[in-house]
Amino acid sequence: VLAERFVITSEPLEAPALEAIVGGPGCGAVATFVGRVRAQNAGRTVLWLDYEAYPPLALAAFERIAREAAERWPEASLAIAHRTGRLEIGEASVIVAAGSPHRREAFAACRYGIERVKQIAPIWKHEHFEGGDVWIEGATADPADDAAREIAVARACS
Amino acid sequence: MFVTIRLFARLREIAGAAELQRELPADATAETAWSSLAAEFGGLSEYQRTVSVAVNEEYAKFSTALRDGDEVAFLPPVSGG
Repeated sequence: VLAERFVITSEPLEAPALEAIVGGPGCGAVATFVGRVRAQNAGRTVLWLDYEAYPPLALAAFERIAREAAERWPEASLAIAHRTGRLEIGEASVIVAAGSPHRREAFAACRYGIERVKQIAPIWKHEHFEGGDVWIEGATADPADDAAREIAVARACS
Repeated sequence: MFVTIRLFARLREIAGAAELQRELPADATAETAWSSLAAEFGGLSEYQRTVSVAVNEEYAKFSTALRDGDEVAFLPPVSGG
């Protein structure tokens, strides 16, 4: 069974399934980013993270991010998966896989993908650390914010 | 009209509910829904400048006019990844 290209799941993430989707016979390059739960954050000792998502909107955001990447790097394609629920230290929370004929576009599209996930995907991490818990709040989600998109492009091309 | 309000993460905790049904005036916008909610749950007002809104599972502007039966989701700053 082929995996979906865009995934929100409480199950452990598997990079090979996403890589198979983006890496057709014409792809000499697949770049994969795996985001994992870190044991320290902002000076705190992290115990675990709880991820919450708004799944239908998150999947729509992933599709939008892949469309944006395809506009910029027409030969590249993206697959994006994010996990929800309780994750232990070291577990994968997000995977972005980018396939392309050549490595430059694969790396760039992959980096762009994870930057945009952090900007506009309706997903939240609730950090449980030694001594308490806190909701992590990053970017105000606004897909139409061109300045944010330009920041993601700049990081992808740096 | 009646709408379904969806709340996530800390907004959900402040309101004590992930989903609420609320009656709004016929000419209500997403802004109307947010204002009435912030009046009901004072803790929400700290998100006045940073909250995002989605209507029927699509990102929307606060000026978006609502219709009976709409699902209006309010989203605190995101932190996926």
